[in-house]
Amino acid sequence: MKRLHYLTRAILPAMLFSICTVPTIADTVRIGFVTTLTTPAGVIGVDMKNSVELALEHIGNQMGGLDVELIFEDDGFKPDIGKQKTDKLVKQDDVDFVTGYIWSHVLLASSKSVLDAGKFLISANAGPSKMAGVLCHENFFSTSWQNDQTPMAMGQYLTEQGVKSLYIMAPNYAAGKDVVAGTESTFQGELVGKDLTKWGADAQLDFSAELAKAKASGADGLFVFYPGKAGGAFIRQYQQAGLQDELPLYSVFTVDSISLPRFQEAGMLGVLGSKMTMFWSPDLDTPGNRKFVSAYLEKHGKYPSFYGAQSYDSIMLIHSALEAVGGNLEDKDGIRAALKAANFDSVRGQYTYGNNHMPIQNFYLREVVEDDAGRWTTRIVDTVFENHQDPYASECKM
Amino acid sequence: MDWGLLLTQLMNGLQFGLLLFLLASGLTLIFGIMDFINLSHGSFYMIGAYFCGSIVARGESFFIAVLFALVGMFVVGALVEWIVARRLYRADHLDQVLATFGLILIFDAIVHIIWGPAGMAIPLPEFLDGQVSLGTLELPTYRLVIISGGLLVAGILSVLVTRSRLGMIIRAGASNQTMVEALGVNIHKLFLIVFAIGATMSGFAGMLIAPITEASIGMGNDIIIIAFVVVIVGGIGSVKGAFYASILIGLIDTLGRSYLDDLMKLFMSLDHAETAAPALSAMLIYILMAIVLAFKPQGLFPPAGIRP
Amino acid sequence: MGWIPSTVSGRCYCIILFFLAGAPWIFLWTNQPFLLDLLCRGLILAIAATSLNLIMGYGGMVSLGHAAFIGIGAYCVGIPAYYDIYNGWVHLGLTVVVSAIFALLTGLVSLRTKGVYFIMITLAFSQMIYFTFVSLEEYGGDDGLVIYLRSEFPDFLTMQGPVALYYWIFSTLLLTLFLVHRLVHAHFGRVIVGAKHNEQRMQLLGFDTYRYRLTCYVISGVICGLAGMLLGNFTGFISPEMMNWIRSGELIFMVVMGGSGFLFGPLIGTGAFVFLEQYLPEFMKFLNPSWLEYWHLPFGLLLVLLVLVGKGGIHGMLSKLDSKAQQSSK
Repeated sequence: MKRLHYLTRAILPAMLFSICTVPTIADTVRIGFVTTLTTPAGVIGVDMKNSVELALEHIGNQMGGLDVELIFEDDGFKPDIGKQKTDKLVKQDDVDFVTGYIWSHVLLASSKSVLDAGKFLISANAGPSKMAGVLCHENFFSTSWQNDQTPMAMGQYLTEQGVKSLYIMAPNYAAGKDVVAGTESTFQGELVGKDLTKWGADAQLDFSAELAKAKASGADGLFVFYPGKAGGAFIRQYQQAGLQDELPLYSVFTVDSISLPRFQEAGMLGVLGSKMTMFWSPDLDTPGNRKFVSAYLEKHGKYPSFYGAQSYDSIMLIHSALEAVGGNLEDKDGIRAALKAANFDSVRGQYTYGNNHMPIQNFYLREVVEDDAGRWTTRIVDTVFENHQDPYASECKM
Repeated sequence: MDWGLLLTQLMNGLQFGLLLFLLASGLTLIFGIMDFINLSHGSFYMIGAYFCGSIVARGESFFIAVLFALVGMFVVGALVEWIVARRLYRADHLDQVLATFGLILIFDAIVHIIWGPAGMAIPLPEFLDGQVSLGTLELPTYRLVIISGGLLVAGILSVLVTRSRLGMIIRAGASNQTMVEALGVNIHKLFLIVFAIGATMSGFAGMLIAPITEASIGMGNDIIIIAFVVVIVGGIGSVKGAFYASILIGLIDTLGRSYLDDLMKLFMSLDHAETAAPALSAMLIYILMAIVLAFKPQGLFPPAGIRP
Repeated sequence: MGWIPSTVSGRCYCIILFFLAGAPWIFLWTNQPFLLDLLCRGLILAIAATSLNLIMGYGGMVSLGHAAFIGIGAYCVGIPAYYDIYNGWVHLGLTVVVSAIFALLTGLVSLRTKGVYFIMITLAFSQMIYFTFVSLEEYGGDDGLVIYLRSEFPDFLTMQGPVALYYWIFSTLLLTLFLVHRLVHAHFGRVIVGAKHNEQRMQLLGFDTYRYRLTCYVISGVICGLAGMLLGNFTGFISPEMMNWIRSGELIFMVVMGGSGFLFGPLIGTGAFVFLEQYLPEFMKFLNPSWLEYWHLPFGLLLVLLVLVGKGGIHGMLSKLDSKAQQSSK
């Protein structure tokens, strides 16, 4: 009988809890956060979750006088599960904002559910060209970037540096191709080779064949885009192939605060000094960033990643909008105007929104260095683009 | 034609093939002898990598770590056989797939709980981290270590299977299990040993690859499907078949990645070749398997006397 | 045989069907639009699982590439929609023709093999089509395609609106169940089932089992293609991820969890799968908010236990109740 008691006490309420609608309470703002918590990509989701929780601490869990109720959902790296979780947030939990989204395909699959229901959608990472162009929407905002921008900055930098020939490697999927296209659009030297490697459930992690080709090509530089665990594998093999002296490495979204501590543990000195472009860096000297990075360092003992920074900003952006309308969730126009104003201490400093609600922001050149405490991190070396707008803004009819 | 590059790529293909063989040989034996489809065979690959990584992280040398991890893998394999696997041998293939998929989820979650989601980089001793020159050719030293390690294990296994008494029983078991049982062999013990050896070899493959790709959750699930392709192409239960199929698939995959785009540029526009080549090279091994099965529905080397 | 089934399991299935028939009204009345969505997705997958059960449960042809048909069906909606063709008959016709052709071509080769070799060759074909769609940049590559509008049918058959779409799905499911039931109990089904158990005997009896199998495989492929067409309409989004081999694996789980080779097995199994996938994470979150990341652990344990303890899936457990009830009535 005791067991049955446990059943009734623990399991039934859980089910009821999830099945019954919780009535909308006017003094609470609900925010859904969709990210990846399981699968190997879960490490990104955890960093985002940490940052979002930090943001809530910083605003005392209050937005415009409303209590914040944050609901995390795991998309499992699958677009249709992401959409299902989004539907649940919109239709059952009746959230006011949905944010998060690491992956372009999950965002594309879910956007219709959120926007058709008249809710606000804020991407904290994914920036597919369609959402910036033809699919732009008055209630869609981004606190990250459009996929093309960061590699465009890289191409620009390489051209300025006088790099004559380049070898490119990226995974064979939509964002990979976007990144390659972005670099090609601003790089004016010669492309001597390009490899798009297998991606997906059984992604290719052994790049020996490609590295051998890159070496044989005699290029001045090697540009790569390998997010997540593939990044670590790539850097490792790049170093083992002894390429750091003859084929300098330039990357985007490959070396980040999630992978650097691992590289340091494994003593992969080859990554020190490698260069990348990014809209942000832990050492960026803005009031919002100092507060975010120092608090994150103190709480988790490591640097936050750019995924975390964008997620932190997504909460801060919503916070600024609700403060502006005094917590009146019915005032959609007011909230939209306040979101568009982006009037808050963003980790990247002040930025503005373009017509398509993608940030117009600076892009920096960063370099991997060792900080004063001996931790590996990235440092800003130069500003490549100032107030850069993505190339799809003109396709947006807004 | 750059012959040095071709040679490098052949070495890379050989290395990938040998890794596949370490996984596939265990898989094919377990499949052939116990008639057991073990989807979670790739989890041993992951666990081996994590074992080795944690021992290295304690400051031991890489070789000591591999030795200890190998013993650990044998124990893990035996435990899994004893607790779960032996209850599944008589089950339907479908039930085996379902249960071992469950095991994958369990292993992944356990690794996630113990080692966290971030994965683990495994440093190599300095003398392995560089390159060696072979004439005009420069190859990463560690790649040669993988190749020799793989060849060594393949050699030991082939001696074990063809010359030893255990191997004789194993071969007999793959062809006709009832007969072996009738001859008074303790079939439970045999299964336990075969399973644990399989797990150890799979773990060994994980240890070898981890310094290159890092240990990460789900790393075995990515490769297990290719290992199954190897088993099928080679013929279920055949270690010899697994060896040839591994090398074949390793070479085809690597050479496809290296030369397919150049090849396709010969007869189509640059843009089309750039889109089509990666897709086709990802498909190559599946195309190979479909072709092999279309002509030899039992794989290249079906063991004699196996039930159709 | 009376109208009310005499067994416990039979009664359960009867109740489930009645519940499904009225579900939209219950959920709209209790203001639970999300549950209706969840049910739509579950039933679509149930159609796919039922089609897989036809070849796998009855015919012994375990396909690890069945999700390819879901993808094909979905792209038969998505690609015309990309060119602003929303005519439902075009979508439906394309789905049937393309999935039949794909099933025929792959079946011709695959059915030369048996057992595990069949599993792997179907996997091979589905991977080929998966990588093909990933490389089709025109249709979004692996970012997929957004479908703005649903397939357009005449008024009395409309798919617009959640309830109309639900009844489309529900009727397709009913038709599928009916078709599978009739097929299996007809002469055709006996040959298929007979060939699963003893192919040589069926061949000696003069049946060309290869042809029967091929026909069965094509029928199954077309039904699964229809499920894909419905899924494309339901989610309004398609991507190659839908036809990944992992998805095919999930379909197998749904069938096995419910009870392979039983008419209602896939429906029950899909229900259990979709329910767990949605509510197990919620439950873990309820126990401890930081456990959300670990929901795969109890899910894996459940799968292992289901095989070790409950033979024959959920249907198997229900049938045990049947035999108990029979014994006690004797």
